[in-house]
Amino acid sequence: MFSDISFTERRNMNKRKIIEEKLFRVLSAVATYSLIATLAFIIILIFIKGFHALSWDMVFKAPKGGYYYGGEGGVLNAIVGSLYISIGATLIATLIGVPAALFINVHLARYKRTQNTIRYIIDALWGVPSIVYGAFGFSLMLFLGMNASLLAGIITVALLITPIVVRTFDEVLCTIPKGLYEASMALGSTRSEISFKIIFKQGFPGFITALLLAFGRGIGDAASVLFTAGYTDLIPIHLDEPAATLPLAIFFQLSSPIPEVRERAYAAAVILTIIILIISLAARFLSKKYTKTNLK
Amino acid sequence: MYLLKEEMIAHDKTINIMKTDIDTESVLQIKNLNVHAGDHHILKNINLRIPKNKVIVLLGPSGCGKTTLLKCMNRLTDINKELEVSGHIYIENDDILNTSTNVPLIRQKMGLLGQRPYPLPMSIYKNVAYGIRLKGVRDKKMINYSVEKHLKEVGLWDEVKDRLHHSPGILSIGQQQRLCLARGLAVKPRIILADEPTSALDPISSKIIENLFRDLKLNYTIILVTHVLRQAVRLADNVVFMSNGEIIEQGSPQKLFKHPKSAKLKEYMVNGN
Ligand SMILES: Nc1ncnc2c1ncn2[C@@H]1O[C@H](COP(=O)(O)OP(=O)(O)OP(=O)(O)O)[C@@H](O)[C@H]1O
Ligand SMILES: [Mg+2]
Repeated sequence: MFSDISFTERRNMNKRKIIEEKLFRVLSAVATYSLIATLAFIIILIFIKGFHALSWDMVFKAPKGGYYYGGEGGVLNAIVGSLYISIGATLIATLIGVPAALFINVHLARYKRTQNTIRYIIDALWGVPSIVYGAFGFSLMLFLGMNASLLAGIITVALLITPIVVRTFDEVLCTIPKGLYEASMALGSTRSEISFKIIFKQGFPGFITALLLAFGRGIGDAASVLFTAGYTDLIPIHLDEPAATLPLAIFFQLSSPIPEVRERAYAAAVILTIIILIISLAARFLSKKYTKTNLK
Repeated sequence: MYLLKEEMIAHDKTINIMKTDIDTESVLQIKNLNVHAGDHHILKNINLRIPKNKVIVLLGPSGCGKTTLLKCMNRLTDINKELEVSGHIYIENDDILNTSTNVPLIRQKMGLLGQRPYPLPMSIYKNVAYGIRLKGVRDKKMINYSVEKHLKEVGLWDEVKDRLHHSPGILSIGQQQRLCLARGLAVKPRIILADEPTSALDPISSKIIENLFRDLKLNYTIILVTHVLRQAVRLADNVVFMSNGEIIEQGSPQKLFKHPKSAKLKEYMVNGN
């Protein structure tokens, strides 16, 4: 068998395999670590640039007159507005998205073609640029005779992020073994019991990931809220009042000719990043706690 | 509450007495069952009577339709749209394929034990309690009592009684399989459908499951799919040999394995083990 391959040839083949293996390992490591390094670089850069302007006033005060020329105040209006909008939108997206994902997986289990069509449509919705949602929200708003407001912002952002919730959660539900569905069905559970007591529970980490992605997209998006939520220095109290948002605060301050104001844009970016970090840590913690009894 | 518990024990006892009465009337009867998947004729005109409180072993080469036959019996075939099922399956005079009865209620009459255990994503205790709650029992003490009873029934109680609120993931596969059996029993089925329940288990766990089946036969009818001929000999009251979607032969294991009539069974006995 081996006689037609000489000993040295075989040794060279082995060597080649070892080199290939090493090369692949190095390449994957480079890819992974350069990604992390880029992320770290972005965060560090923002921190360095915004550090000077970062103060308790930034976080706890709304802009005073002259703020955009370097005067006193902070971006509390945008922090509150952003939190209201992204939390409200994430809630709506969850209320629609979670039942939708469960429906696709449990109730439509036997209709593979319908499932795939729905998935295709939602993927397409995911890919629609946020400015389009913004424009849609804007025309919807005019049609309903509403003004730029917290409510219009929430609805528009909810439209933007619902596909994210559905498809992210759905992808995780797809990985749940068929045997678990069958076992639950064989016990005589109804489909809604299976959906909410078993499949939702087993897919809970995916649910958290879906929420995080949706919330992150929602709080970080500027185009969808530009026309719908508007912008104001006041802290929004009612749903029909306009609301400022952090991405727009960053945008407006960055486009200022005054260096101090541009620094404050970076400070606002730091605040945005910290909010996202806190929320994702809290969510991961909750997810771990709740899925202690899940099978891995 | 104490009374309630007493009552439940009494209730269980009467069921036992009723069920252990020698009774060969069939619990399940299959008439002209056909299953198609597109052009593929998976089950061909199956006719079968399953007697009460016996172990029926389904035997046959891979792909002959054993799992599909089991799935028809608790209508898990509903999940697959491509499977067209026709014919009749009577359980207690109810034709489960053509009935207005709620499908979950039909499924509750049958416990399924699969090839691999699939514990639910909840604690060991809740896995068993799930089935009890499905039956509408809400009283905490009653649930506690039943969980203990069913875990004892499968010989798992002593192994898990200190870890009831842990994930089933900490159990071995053999223990998980017994947990799934306990969960199924908690729903109080008439029939246990077991699809190669020991094929993923080590010999000792397999033995435990086998012994359990021997005891469970007193109260339940068991339909068992296995590829292990020796297991069939040890457990079966009746063996049904299938090939290519058809029932080829059936009878007691002694008769069938000593004097196989068909060439297919002879061949299976030579190669299949
Ligand atoms: N959903 C389905 N769609 C199409 N064909 C199917 C489907 N389910 C089963 N079949 C076919 O039906 C036949 C019987 O399958 P089944 O799983 O019942 O075999 P089995 O006897 O249980 O085999 P094994 O011993 O390997 O478990 C196979 O040929 C299989 O390809
Ligand atoms: Mg099978």
